[in-house]
Amino acid sequence: MGRIPRSYLINRVVTLLLTIWIAATLIWIIPRLSPVDPADIMLGRMAAGAGSVANADAILAQLRASFGLDDPLWLQYLKYLKNVLIFDFGLSTATFPTAVSSLIAKALPWTLGLMILSLIITFVIGNLLGALMVWERSPKLAKVAIPAAMVFTSIPPILSGLLLMWIFAVKLRWFPLTGAYGLTVEPGWDWAFVQSVLHHGFLPALSIVIVTFGFWALGMRGLMITVQGEDYVKLAEAKGLRPRYILYRYMIRNAILPQITAFALKIGLLIAGQVLVERIFAYNGMGKLLYDAILDQDFPVIQGVSFVIIFMTAMSVFLVDLLYPFIDPRIQHEAT
Amino acid sequence: MTSQESMPTARAERRQAKRLRRFDNPWMNPKLFWGAGLLLGIIALGLIGRFLWNLDLVFTGSTPLKLPPLGFENLRKQPGVLDYPLGTDGGGRDMLALIIIGAPNTLFVGLLASLIGMSIGITLGFTAGFVGGRTDDVIRVLADVMITIPPLLILVVFQSAYGDVSLTIMALLIAGFVWQSPTRLIRAQVLSMKQSGYVQMAQLSGASTFHIMFREMLPNLVPYLFGSFIASVTTSIVTAVGLEVLGLGPQRIPTLGRTIYEAINAGALIQNLWWWWGIPTLLLATMFIGLLLINLGLDEVSNPRLRKLS
Repeated sequence: MGRIPRSYLINRVVTLLLTIWIAATLIWIIPRLSPVDPADIMLGRMAAGAGSVANADAILAQLRASFGLDDPLWLQYLKYLKNVLIFDFGLSTATFPTAVSSLIAKALPWTLGLMILSLIITFVIGNLLGALMVWERSPKLAKVAIPAAMVFTSIPPILSGLLLMWIFAVKLRWFPLTGAYGLTVEPGWDWAFVQSVLHHGFLPALSIVIVTFGFWALGMRGLMITVQGEDYVKLAEAKGLRPRYILYRYMIRNAILPQITAFALKIGLLIAGQVLVERIFAYNGMGKLLYDAILDQDFPVIQGVSFVIIFMTAMSVFLVDLLYPFIDPRIQHEAT
Repeated sequence: MTSQESMPTARAERRQAKRLRRFDNPWMNPKLFWGAGLLLGIIALGLIGRFLWNLDLVFTGSTPLKLPPLGFENLRKQPGVLDYPLGTDGGGRDMLALIIIGAPNTLFVGLLASLIGMSIGITLGFTAGFVGGRTDDVIRVLADVMITIPPLLILVVFQSAYGDVSLTIMALLIAGFVWQSPTRLIRAQVLSMKQSGYVQMAQLSGASTFHIMFREMLPNLVPYLFGSFIASVTTSIVTAVGLEVLGLGPQRIPTLGRTIYEAINAGALIQNLWWWWGIPTLLLATMFIGLLLINLGLDEVSNPRLRKLS
């Protein structure tokens, strides 16, 4: 593996596997510690909601089978672990014969799309503003306005989402209130659909962007302060290079790399925040799926969504840790 | 920082002179001051409000529905009245009473969860740093593993299995997910401090481990501990609000998150009942801004290089 020492690699793989295993185990144990039988509760709720439940026996059997309530505990656990590894979470109880994994497969692209888009935007804006806060030649306004704007970056995206919804969707009617695309357009790769998706995605993305760029800006500020005093920056100045060139190629370029590791620490919170944004915007992603499942007491879906999101988080942290030495050659992993 | 870098102007010189004259206490930090002020304001609202306002108005159906705050009109052209100065919600509850009870509840969950989380973190961090060996490995790996798991997702599973929980139980549950970063932070600091001269001096002069931990090391960790504490209060409140907005958490106790949940579900956005979701949103935002300011202030206390900038 090139520059990565084997012990470091083993360490990261073990952490990844442990994370997935602990998360899966917690998700398995928690309902079993509960004093009530989740299968009964779910059926009871369905019966209360609908008056009577068609195929009640079949659902109960499926539930008991998906929780594996008829097997000895250790066998239930092993079966569950095997199923989780192939992303098989059983069948949804709210939309009964649908597999949980197919519901998740439908929601996941929306979540990933929104996340990657807003992440790229925040990363660029945040780091640029953070650098401008330190740079000697940036306009006076930048040094006053940026820190002031950053005060709002401590707010979770759900609150900014509510405010933006009210201003731009309810009051000004510039953007639609909810959904990921218009009711009148057919999903497909044509311009009308793409336009509708962009139009619907703007507010959710913006509500994430305006409250997360400050995290990157703060980190960048700290790193820029360190880089500012480095000899190579002084040399570049002495050579008479253009200040803007020094800023981009000498300062930001060296300061930005450690920011990538900050991403690994932040991603869990980012995803959790986005789940909530999707819930208030009724955006067709994992957040809406999760919220609907909570309303319907659709336990297999709740478990499935939680596991997939935790899996994604652990995977991204792992990849960042692994790729980082290749991106930043200054990092030497010592064999510890 | 070299001296030829900045040619001091007369104003900067005067400021420098003033700075040198007074006792330079890094804790007298404006950000810290304002942040603490905002939080104390919310606490005061909860404490003083309890004595001055009729809290029975927090029960469903105790007021007319959907009245606007004083000085505004709702869609049915009803004006706000003095009896319910912040308006009423769609269930017939007074917004002022709701926030007097709800805001301290939300803050309570955050503070309790992080107090417990910090205690676990300090214990584990010091243990890992001091004992080392296998113990250190176990604690380090556990913290590394748990820090990647977003608390919200596990707690969603938990609470949808158990249904209604009390505020304290919710705080305890959240505490299980906010000990990791303090643990990592303290472990790292303890490891680096163990090598420093004054700790080795204390060891050579025969001080007990307890003395070294709490009298020599802990005072140096105070700004970090505070910073870490504030960060976990923020995480805890964000998680609690997240659970509440998903319809989980305490079902019958007013909290800011629960109020927002009810407002969204009742279509308060479309019906232009802005005060219903807006007031709790504003209070939560104030809370988070206060916490951020405290954290930034603490950063400047513990890192003098940042102080020079502002």
